[in-house]
Order: sequence, then structure tokens, then C-alpha cells
Amino acid sequence: MVATNGQRPAGQAESGPDEQADTPRKANRVVIRFAGDSGDGMQLTGDRFTSEAAAFGNDLATLPNYPAEIRAPAGTLPGVSSFQLHFADYDILTPGDRPDVLVAMNPAALKANLGDLSDGATVVVNTDEFTKRNLKKVGYETSPLDSAELDRFTVHRVAMSELTKGAVAETGLTRKEAERCKNMFALGLLSWMYSRPTEDTERFLREKFAGKPQVAEANVLAFRAGWNYGETTESFAVTYEVAAASLPEGTYRQVTGNLALAYGLVGAGQRSELPVFLGSYPITPASDVLHEMAKHKNFGVTTFQAEDEIAGVGAALGASFGGSLGVTTTSGPGLALKSETIGLAVALELPLLVCDIQRGGPSTGLPTKTEQADLLQALYGRNGESPVAVLAPRSPADCFDIAMEAARIALTYRTPVLLLSDGATANGSEPWLVPDVNELPDLRVSFASEANAPDGSGEFWPYVRDPETLARDWAVPGTPGLEHRVGGLEKVDGKGSISYDPDNHDEMVRLRQRKIDGVEVPEMPVDDPSGRARVLVLGWGSSYGPIGAACRRVRHRGMEIAQAHLRYLNPMPPNLGEVLAAYDRVIVPEMNTGQLAMLLRSRYLVDARSYTKVAGLPFQAEELENVLSDVVQGSEL
Amino acid sequence: MTTDLGFPTDGLAEVPASGEELSAKDFTSDQEVRWCPGCGDYAVLAAVRGFLPELGIARENTVFVSGIGCSARFPYYMNTYGMHSIHGRAPTIATGLATTRPDLNVWVVTGDGDGLSIGGNHLVHALRRNVNITILLFNNRIYGLTKGQYSPTSDQGMVTKSTPAGSVDTPFNPVSLALGAEASFVARTLDSDRAHLTETLRAAAAHRGSSLVEIYQNCPIFNDGAFDVLKDKDEKQRRLIQLHHDQPITFGPEHERCGVVRDENGELQVAKLSEVDEHELVTHDAHRDDTSHAFALSRLGGQHLDPTVTGVFRQVSRPTYDDQARAQLSEAAEQKPPDLQKLLTGNNTWTI
Repeated sequence: MVATNGQRPAGQAESGPDEQADTPRKANRVVIRFAGDSGDGMQLTGDRFTSEAAAFGNDLATLPNYPAEIRAPAGTLPGVSSFQLHFADYDILTPGDRPDVLVAMNPAALKANLGDLSDGATVVVNTDEFTKRNLKKVGYETSPLDSAELDRFTVHRVAMSELTKGAVAETGLTRKEAERCKNMFALGLLSWMYSRPTEDTERFLREKFAGKPQVAEANVLAFRAGWNYGETTESFAVTYEVAAASLPEGTYRQVTGNLALAYGLVGAGQRSELPVFLGSYPITPASDVLHEMAKHKNFGVTTFQAEDEIAGVGAALGASFGGSLGVTTTSGPGLALKSETIGLAVALELPLLVCDIQRGGPSTGLPTKTEQADLLQALYGRNGESPVAVLAPRSPADCFDIAMEAARIALTYRTPVLLLSDGATANGSEPWLVPDVNELPDLRVSFASEANAPDGSGEFWPYVRDPETLARDWAVPGTPGLEHRVGGLEKVDGKGSISYDPDNHDEMVRLRQRKIDGVEVPEMPVDDPSGRARVLVLGWGSSYGPIGAACRRVRHRGMEIAQAHLRYLNPMPPNLGEVLAAYDRVIVPEMNTGQLAMLLRSRYLVDARSYTKVAGLPFQAEELENVLSDVVQGSEL
Repeated sequence: MTTDLGFPTDGLAEVPASGEELSAKDFTSDQEVRWCPGCGDYAVLAAVRGFLPELGIARENTVFVSGIGCSARFPYYMNTYGMHSIHGRAPTIATGLATTRPDLNVWVVTGDGDGLSIGGNHLVHALRRNVNITILLFNNRIYGLTKGQYSPTSDQGMVTKSTPAGSVDTPFNPVSLALGAEASFVARTLDSDRAHLTETLRAAAAHRGSSLVEIYQNCPIFNDGAFDVLKDKDEKQRRLIQLHHDQPITFGPEHERCGVVRDENGELQVAKLSEVDEHELVTHDAHRDDTSHAFALSRLGGQHLDPTVTGVFRQVSRPTYDDQARAQLSEAAEQKPPDLQKLLTGNNTWTI
């Protein structure tokens, strides 16, 4: 595959003389998007290509994008499922804006994704699906393959269904079963184009279909057929090679955000030496955390699939009362249902982790799309003054560290901690430098074991606090002599007995706030390479990648810009005010309508300007690059 | 039904014994009891405080969890561990606690509003799962703490602040509901009958799994006299059926003894003993796996209290949620000792 029309090659090369057809060309980075019907196995295909890239040592980032319907009507636009993968020979920050290669398994997949391609991109289509009926389903009068619409691209027309059926005929599968292997044909072809290693995929297929050897064999045959098709067909004249990336030394693996989050929770249990109890109710895109945690019972992890969101968090809080690390996982609508129980945890002052994998809202919204519009809900979505700590991972791998941090804060300060991941972080993947478990933070806590009443009465008072952290003594049931009652009613500090006294309530409200305000969080680093930038771009959560990539591009264009990112949203880092004040302009890109910007303006009296998008998809580096460049050059936002 | 999976059958099997002889006083907290004078809750509190010492278990391993409502103040008055939580959610908290702590004797105190209205979902699921907890449902057929609105067990037509023209809601029969929710232990008792109340609590505590005890309880302020017919000596004798496992169901005054028989449609009916043969009497079997017998008994009488069936309707042994969940954990740890480094590293790595 070569840039025959003299435009962009199917990979972004730094330079390079024309090479012979049998010598792979070098590219620094490539963005591939696999798109097909939701039943075509595009997520699996993308996932396998990702594993191949990871095994090869590329840096990578991925973006799955699929419909909320399990099987939307076949061949329609709403049924299109895609998986985008960006891999490179250097450290990259995003899944990429515009694909260099689109694999379109049917007309709907072509139509839905064509607009995202830039001129010169490569398009590989499965021509067998371009039937009159399928074209009509998506409103094509004539086949786009025969029109000028695709002139801007290098198009490879491959009869994937038929070639696949031919390749697997010997296995004796039915035609329908045989055709289902066509995604592996596509994977084989792309693997050849980008000189990917293939052994792992063959092994994976044999393991995945271990119980159905016939199906396993067919998938391997289809995969090989795709590879051979590339090698023997003249239309694919050139292959590309993306060298391994030079990342910090160590052992790497690929993780999605939800996997890293689950590992962080398991890790927190191990490092705190507490049993982990996850109370959860199935909800997209958080369910995978429940599924993953359910596999790790050997680590003392109990998973409880509750009757509803409220029961999930209630059971977690009950477990915390009993001395476990109580955790609940959910998405925005579920967080709304859990509000009252989180408020109870604030009043009880017990550790509780609440993980909200944000999705598009309001209401059911966009279950499978990403958004970061639950920030204010996390901070303020409860009755009364109900402060909690709030953290947000900035990338899939960061979910591990954030989960450990959330556990540290919850256990140290006896407080609920809200962790705000999102759909893009949860389902996206990237390489993760596997940590040495001995270097993970020590999260052990000590339970109260004796009377603590400051009046020397020999009683146990549940609200006696550590003077530094303001954390109350945590006495678990079963501890003799420390029997006590806690509840949602206002209480007197120290003794913990119910109090309706006006001054006491005022003091308790402020005390709970002081405790959260006093949570120790690290300073926020600022990336300002020249030290001369006048514009600061500040984000939080999953926008870290696109903002970082945009800043690189802005700097590449010869301009100066500073980047900082908030992982701690409550309390905010101690140096945040100082950082904000140090720049002439502060730009806050968010996938909501300006929630963080509003907080910054009210708390720091800074003229922070919002750049917002709520389209259900992550920011693109290119759009942020343009926005930020304009701001650096003096435009108002 | 008895399913032997090697799990204990005693509800308190894993709860440590008390090292000392305890009395009701040991279970009494320093909090002043603040229910209205004449409230039925006092009698239940006294019965619970009075009977807990006989269980012989450690006081510190006893936990009372409540939701919101008059009855929800209960934990404050017990010198044990306790939590006064939020409306309707006590069964969820108790589920998390009991699942992670087999060494605790966990009680849920709820009412007809807390347990059957706002918390109805949690109640039925706790019963279905058979978590090892004991649920005391104080049924006074009214909302007390919010000052007198009708509840899910109020009589149809009842005039309250929120139903000035009379309630048009159909009430729940809590025992029928619990049986429908697969509860393994279901009983009913009265606040005014200390001996029966205590006997029922004892059976509930000994049961391993979710036990539901409905307690008819008088609210002297907003629904006074709802159960007065069961306090009047003659009426009580005429109406009250006390179930005893493996015994024919008979009741009533000497001169007019009655029994429960099955009519030609297979339904349970009350009949005068003088008019039926002894062999026609239905014998109570609380251990039947099939719930239809217990359910039929729960439909006998019901809202109008004539007759009123009390005692243990059903008590079957089936594996508890928490025993099975914990068994899965220990089995997993045995088969695959935890190795965090191995987990984090996984099988597909590359080194740079």
C-alpha cells in the first residue's frame, strides 16, 4: 500500500526515499480504525491488533466506540461499531484524531466513518457487503466504490467474505459460520501491512476457541488468508513498519482503564490488609470492574451484585462498618441513586470508595459514550453540606494509581472518596509499566482497641479524632468494651451522642469540611518547558491525552504554552492558586459545559475560560491545537 | 428442605460466646428511651434486652441496624454495636456486614413504612438471598415519625392526614409477602404477649438465614387500638391461633374450640371442633419446602385479624448467601494463593 496519489501514506513517516516494494517503509505512528456491524467482531479485532502492537513494543492508545444496543439492526448506521488504535515509535497521548487507515466491513461502516478521514488515507473495504440491499439501508443510491467520493483516498477493494469462506472451506463449517471469520481475515491483512507479529494472535485464537477446535482452526485459517492476501496481491505493494517506542525501562503490559481500576482496588485491599467488599449493580460502562473483581476472590475480594444501586453502596458501607474496604462502582445515573448513602457515610465518617465511570447524561443519556459532566454531582450532589474527596484518573493506566490514592484517603481520613473515571478512560487502553508491589504505598490502618474518652471515664467515644487528620477512631464490631452507635442524625463531636443544638450543628458542618480541606494531596506539576509561557491550559480526567498532544503541537509550531492537569479535584492541590495566578490566560477544556472552570472562577477569582464539547467523544488533539494556538496568538475564547 | 453443604445450621454458630454471665442491664445503653408513652416499642425493647443474655453470645458481637422511623431508634437503646442508617436501607447495610463478618449476630429493626414501602425492594431481596440476619418488622399500620400518614399495611378506607377521604390502597400482608420472597424463616407475634414474643425471637435468632418476624405493635398516638381485639381477653381467645410445628392447628375458648381444616376446594377454613372429625384437622408443618401451606395460613385472617395466625409459619434450612459467598472466597484462596505481583504482571508483557 503506497500513497499512489502523492498524498499522505498510510502511516505518518518522518522522511524516507522510495523503497523497494519488499522493504517495509518506516512510519512513526499510525492510526487505524476497524469499523463494521456490531456483530462483526470489530472490538475483538481491534483488541487483537492492539495486543500485537503492544507485544511489538509500540506505544499505543485505543478508543472503542460502540452502540448501546447489543445488536442494532444489521447493516444500519446505528449498528456501526468501531475500534480505533494509535500506535507509534514514541510515547503518544491519544488514540489519534483522524485514521490513516479505515477498515470498513460494510457500507454503513464506510458511511459512518468516511468523514473522519483526511485526504490520502487508506480505505480497505469488504466489497461483498456492498450489495444493493445494504447500500439502500444507509441511503446510498449507487455504490460509493464506483463514485468519485473515494477519489481522495487509496481504496483497496477486497472480497473479504468470499475469500474467507474459501479459506475456511476445509473445516466444514457452515457458510454462515465461515463468514463470521472475516474479521480475522481483516486482522491478518492489516497485520501484514504493518509487519505485526502473528504468533500471539494464532495462540490467542486457539485458546479462545479451545472448546470448538473447528472454529479455532477456521479463525486461524482466515487470519492467515488475510496475511497471505496482502503478501501475494500486487495492490498491496508496500508494507509499513512502526518501530518499538522508547519508553522508560521496565516490564509493560496493556491495560484498559477499568482493568487498571480493578487491579488498583485489589491492590488497595492487599496493601491495607483489609478484605475488599464491592457492592455493585450492572451499569455501562462500569460493569467490567465488577466482572474483573469477581475473578479475584482469592485476594479476599467479595463482590455483591445488588438488587439496585442503593443496595450496592449500602452493602459496601455495611462492610466498611465491619472493617472491610467498602467499594461501589457505577456510572452517573447510579451515582444519583447512591447520593443519600454517600451522605450517610459522610455523617458516619467511615471509609468508602465510590467509583463513577462517567457517561453521557442527563438521565440515561449516552450509555456507551464518554463525558465528564458528573463533577458537580460528585462534589455537591447530596443534601446538606456533605464534603467528600474527589479524584480523577487522567489515563487508563492512571486508574491503578488513582484507586490506590482513593483508598489511602478513604482509610486515612475515614471518608467517602469519589473517583471519577469516564467511558473513554474505562474502555481505552495503553501500555502500563507494571509496578513492583513492594513499592506500592502501605495502606494499613489501626482499628481502635481501647477506651478513648478524653474525660477518663473509660468509655469509647466514636467521634474522638486524630488531631492532625481529624479522622475519627474506627472501632469495628466484635471489639469488646467499645460498643457504640452511629447514625445519620447530627451528633456531638467526641462522644457522638445525638444533638439538635444549633451551635453544635454549625461546628460539626465546619468540622467535616475542615477534615476534607485538610486531606493531604501533592502539588500539581506544571509542564512549561521554556518557563516563558503566558497561557496555561488546565484540564482534569481523561482529557489529559488530547490536551498534552495539542500542547506538543502548539509548541512544535513555535509557540509557548503551559499544561497542568488536576487529578485531585477535592481538595485541589495546594499550589493551584499560585499556578493559576502565574499565567495571563487560563484555558479549561472540558467535556461538559464548564464545571471545573466555574469552580476555579469562584474559588480563585481567576478569569478561567472554558473550551467545552459534549459530543460523547474525547477531544481531538487537532481541534485543541487550533483553539490553543489561537489563544496563544491573542484571540479571545 | 435440608441441603447439606457442610454449612452450619445454627444462626449463631460462628458468633463467639460471652465470657461472662450477662443480664438485660448489660444490653441497656445510657440513652434515655424517647418513644411515646404507651408505645408498643417499649415491650419489644424489653423483650429483646431480656432474652439476648440467654443466647450466651458476646455482647460486642451483636449489631443492630435500623433505617428511619420510630422503631429505627431501637439501636440507640441497646448497648451493643449499632447503626441508625437511612430510610429503608438497613437490610442492605446488614447484608454487607453479615457477609463479611460471620462472627456477628446481626439484627435489622424496621417498620411497615421503612421495610415495606421505601425499603420494600431491599427487604424482599434480603429474604430471597437468605443472608444470615434477623429482621424485626414492627407493624403498627401507620407512619408515626412523620405524624400519621397511612402506610402499606393500613386498612383500606383509613382516614389519615394524607387520606382525608379514606385510603384506597390495598394493604400488604407482610407474612404472605415474605413467603413469596422465598424467606426461609417467617413468623408473626404480638407486642403485648411477652412470652410469645420472646419465644419467637429465640427461634428467629437460632435460624441460620434471613428471619422475618412481623410484630403487631400498637401506635398509641396515630393508630391507637389497631390490635386491641388481640388484647381483649375474650376476643383474643376467640381469634388468636398460635402455630406449633407438627401439631394440629386448634384454638378458641373451651366451650367453642375451633380448628383449621381444608375444604373441598383445598382451601384452609376455620371450623368448630364439634363439627369436624379430628383427622380432618390440618397439622402445622413449618419445615415444608413447599410454601403453599404456610402461605395458606398467612391468608387465614389477615388484615381484619379474625382469626389472627401467629407463631412460626415457615422455617426451612437452605444455604445462606453469606456462607456460600465466603466459601467461594476461601476455596479460591486455597486453589490459588493470592500473589499480587503475578496478577499485576499478567501473561502478556514486554520489557523495555
